[in-house]
Amino acid sequence: MAKINYVTLDNKKITLEGNSGSLMKLAKDNGVKGIDGECGGVCSCATCHVHVNPEHMDKAGEASEFEKDLLELNDHSNEYSRLCCQIQISDDLDGIELKVAERD
Amino acid sequence: MGAKNSHLNSCVIIGANQAGVSIAFALREKGWKGDITLFDMDPELPYYRPPLSKSVLIGSESLGDHALKPIHLYKKENITLKLGHKVTSIDRISKQIFLDNGSFYKYDILVLAMGGRPIIPNIPGLKNSESIFTIRTSRDTIAIRNTLDKSEKRRALIIGAGYIGLETAASLIKLKANVTVLEKEERVLSRVTAPHLSNFYEFLHKRNGVEIFTNKEVIEVRSNSSDKEVICSDGSSYFADLIIVGIGIHANKELAEETGLEVKNGVVVNDEARTIDKNVFAIGDCAFQYHSFYRRYVRLESIQNANDQAEIAASVICKQEVSNHSIPWFWSDQYDVKLQIIGLSEGANDIIIRQENNNKKKFSIWYFQDNKLLAVQAVNDMKAYVIGTKFIKENTPLDKSKLRDPDVELKPTNLKFM
Ligand SMILES: Cc1cc2nc3c(=O)[nH]c(=O)nc-3n(C[C@H](O)[C@H](O)[C@H](O)COP(=O)(O)OP(=O)(O)OC[C@H]3O[C@@H](n4cnc5c(N)ncnc54)[C@H](O)[C@@H]3O)c2cc1C
Ligand code: FES
Repeated sequence: MAKINYVTLDNKKITLEGNSGSLMKLAKDNGVKGIDGECGGVCSCATCHVHVNPEHMDKAGEASEFEKDLLELNDHSNEYSRLCCQIQISDDLDGIELKVAERD
Repeated sequence: MGAKNSHLNSCVIIGANQAGVSIAFALREKGWKGDITLFDMDPELPYYRPPLSKSVLIGSESLGDHALKPIHLYKKENITLKLGHKVTSIDRISKQIFLDNGSFYKYDILVLAMGGRPIIPNIPGLKNSESIFTIRTSRDTIAIRNTLDKSEKRRALIIGAGYIGLETAASLIKLKANVTVLEKEERVLSRVTAPHLSNFYEFLHKRNGVEIFTNKEVIEVRSNSSDKEVICSDGSSYFADLIIVGIGIHANKELAEETGLEVKNGVVVNDEARTIDKNVFAIGDCAFQYHSFYRRYVRLESIQNANDQAEIAASVICKQEVSNHSIPWFWSDQYDVKLQIIGLSEGANDIIIRQENNNKKKFSIWYFQDNKLLAVQAVNDMKAYVIGTKFIKENTPLDKSKLRDPDVELKPTNLKFM
């Protein structure tokens, strides 16, 4: 069980608990605004873009080349950017904070 | 009731899938305070269709993983789902819709999000025969799996080599089926892509064990107790235990037509997703829309288009600022190959193929109308996809000779026309 903190664009903090599945799915199932997951989590759309709290970057792990490339030219991307469909929930994520990124 | 639409009480949406569900939630987000009622003849909680030919067919994910929204969110947003009900007619004068069980509902705003239904050609023996499937609903996918599992020889024959046909072929191979694909045209994906990509996919499927035959027009299907025989116009014939027809969809536009709305290839709407009736909108696969980016009418079949139009129509209905159409994008996953498409390639008169060094499976096809970039199809090449997106969006000229040269790294600054 991991506690995941999402911060929406209007600065609302939503804390959810999850066991498995991706961070995108958890957000969608709970109506976190701004996480749309249009491609269903296959790293094709970037509608699940978040900024990970800088202190929690190591929890999130390394992004694949594909994911990095998809974010490279995104106007709202920075060094803390991740596509949250590419992060699977595990206990290691407990306490992670993710800010929903603005859409291009 | 919202301040700006306080005289409006009821929004009725026909079709509760990608477009319908999207607009229901978008309306709430944009402040619609009246009733929202979604009708669908499919009894399942609305689900996401793309995995039906991919992960759900393979069985690596379940349908439950792909509900569009969990039921509690409909309750939370006060959106009423009426599932298992078919809408049979619309009366635009009394502003009512009628259901197959005789009941009717009044609307102030009506949204047509009726999608499409698979085309089954009029071939003797094809209609109303057992073990012949299309892939549009979760029931279809489940039925295909069950039939395959019951058949000893596991022979699946797919008519039509479009995206859905080929994705289905790739998934069935993973299920250890013996897969044959018959395509009427001279190459696979002929409606949507350049020959280079067709050849690539044909080879990919053959290498994975699919038998693909092109220039095959099916003229008859004969069924007997043990198998089915599919006969082509050139006299060849193929045997199968199950047949899947994947040759495209017809837009569900009849309800609109019967109530006097303009229909062509789909329900005709302007760039605000509105029909000729100011209270009636059409979105998603059923809509033939004026696209503000391409400045022409198009009917698109994609998740992105359904969501985009839902967003536009919701803004119009809630009298909020309306964003422009996005550039269409689409993807297709087959085996370990990821295809991503940005833009529409129709009208291209110059095509550039960029093959990356050292990786045969990584390339991109760039479609131009003179010097204007229209579309990019990228195979295992995310960089090409995002750079193509940027160039199309900004309409910046591109140096074609550099684009063609794999020794010039794929970077916007390298490709700009100086
Ligand atoms: C197997 C498969 C794979 C796909 N893969 C991809 C992909 O990888 N990427 C992509 O972008 N797109 C993909 N698509 C296309 C995508 O799913 C569609 O574009 C999308 O579903 C369109 O949404 P829609 O709401 O407009 O129409 P639909 O999804 O067709 O929904 C319309 C709904 O209206 C209901 N309806 C119609 N008439 C009535 C009536 N009279 N009364 C009650 N209900 C009615 C229908 O039951 C249906 O549920 C795929 C589609 C399929 C079938
Ligand atoms: S859901 Fe599409 S990239 Fe994450």
